[in-house]
Amino acid sequence: MLSKAFTAEAWNEAVSIIQSEFGLAIWETLYVTVLATAIAIVIGLPLGVLLVVGEKNGVLPLPKWFMTILGGIINILRSVPFLILMILVIPITRAIVGTSVGTMASVVPLVIAAFPFIARLVESSLREVNPNIIEMAQSTGASPFQIIWKVMIPESVPSLISNATIAITTILGYSAMSGIIGGGGLGKIAINYGYYRYKYLVMFIAVVLLVIIVEVFQRIGTKLATSSDKRLKNK
Amino acid sequence: MIEIKNLTKTFVGADNEVEALKNVNLTIEDGSIYGIIGMSGAGKSTLVRCINMLERPTEGSVIIDGVDMGALKESELRAKRKEVTMIFQSFNLLMQRTCLKNICFPLELIGVKKAEAEKRAMELLETVGLPDKANAYPAQLSGGQQQRIAIARALATNPKVLLCDEATSALDPKTTHQILELIKDINKEFGITCIVITHQMSVVEEICDRVAILENGEVVEEGEVADIFSHPKSSAARHLVYPDGGVNPDILALREGEQRIRVVFNGAVATERPLIAQLAKDLGIEASILGASTKSIGERAYGNMILGIMGPRSEMLRAKEYLESVADVIVEEVDGDVE
Repeated sequence: MLSKAFTAEAWNEAVSIIQSEFGLAIWETLYVTVLATAIAIVIGLPLGVLLVVGEKNGVLPLPKWFMTILGGIINILRSVPFLILMILVIPITRAIVGTSVGTMASVVPLVIAAFPFIARLVESSLREVNPNIIEMAQSTGASPFQIIWKVMIPESVPSLISNATIAITTILGYSAMSGIIGGGGLGKIAINYGYYRYKYLVMFIAVVLLVIIVEVFQRIGTKLATSSDKRLKNK
Repeated sequence: MIEIKNLTKTFVGADNEVEALKNVNLTIEDGSIYGIIGMSGAGKSTLVRCINMLERPTEGSVIIDGVDMGALKESELRAKRKEVTMIFQSFNLLMQRTCLKNICFPLELIGVKKAEAEKRAMELLETVGLPDKANAYPAQLSGGQQQRIAIARALATNPKVLLCDEATSALDPKTTHQILELIKDINKEFGITCIVITHQMSVVEEICDRVAILENGEVVEEGEVADIFSHPKSSAARHLVYPDGGVNPDILALREGEQRIRVVFNGAVATERPLIAQLAKDLGIEASILGASTKSIGERAYGNMILGIMGPRSEMLRAKEYLESVADVIVEEVDGDVE
């Protein structure tokens, strides 16, 4: 079967599919990934902050029941496999987007899968902030909100950028899976041509493109994280 | 004036209670440099954190200029902390901000305009002697320079009190000396009351006016630094003044007709003259060294020595007078039974 994948005929077919469909697919992949990541950060960042500051010894202790519920929801969403989650949230997707099929519709399950993940990543970044620096801010008369905005978040920017990179590459992988429910992009091409129609060459090229996009995101993220870190000397 | 009254702090753990501070009473005069010294675990860090209410006392009160710190609401307390600032052992600078922005931090918190805050920060960089480091990041500075930036930051809001929590413990002796000089200058120039927490007697000796010695959460001795240095009464104080265990005057049995004196080197410049040899040469008094525990910091000697002098009491008094004429040397008579 694989030997058939690389015949001249297969190449010609692949080239014509690339010309007609890949431009849009790449665009859809990028915009779904970036949009879903952005929305997930908007939801996940504050929740991640709450996970840290709301603790008993945090800068803004919150009621225990609230912290238990917050942690519980995040853990539940984190443990449902994305494939199942996509199907489970169909009613929500329909309520928000109006349809449960298509590229825009795939953003909803992506956001729901990604924000708890991002909340945990933000939590781990903020926990890296030296507690002595938080004590310094308290001794200087900073309010809990000032400590969050002026100390915890700015001090963990390099770590937040690294973790955002992990998030966006993971979401890119999820977005490829959303081809199953009709989400657009390279994932859809890989599944439709490769899995349903045995056109392995097309699938292979789609996967290579996904790898390249991940690589690009990772390089940009690492570069940004390093260049933003003022703890590194000799710059 | 800072009054600490009946201060007790108990930490409640899962299955035990730790009394970090037990009924501490201290009065710290405005404009003084007050030392609080003790071994690790003596409770000094807890005590300094009770002064600005980073730790809430279990009992007792801290009254600064008539204001009971414990009775303040959170927002009032935050405002009060502009007047009672703090520097730390680990400097605690914001690593992602430039030095200038670090110094602006306390001003930003109270809404001072950016241009005004930066102007003040530049002045403070001058004060601490690092005007060229405005745009450097803390990671690019040495420990001593970082502490200078931290001091500038602590001064930004024109505080009345500066709490120094082991501020020189992470620094080498030379840098320690420079930072202590800076704290001294600040105390003189701006009249800021400084409370210096340390485990090093040399720090207390160098800059403090008065000192309290803390042991197991209790103040075991309190007074003028010179007094405590020359006549440490408590065992904790002796341990700090003579870290190597001091000199036990009972090492040798008192000989017939021997007089004993304790010579305390309180930071005397001892490298220039051989004191005991000169005593013999100038006065013809031969003293035997019965025990000595001294160490030098820079060119200065700290510690004490027990001398035995044969002859009448007048001989001993002559020797005492001679040795006392040297700066930073204190001499006291030793009875056989006084440790």
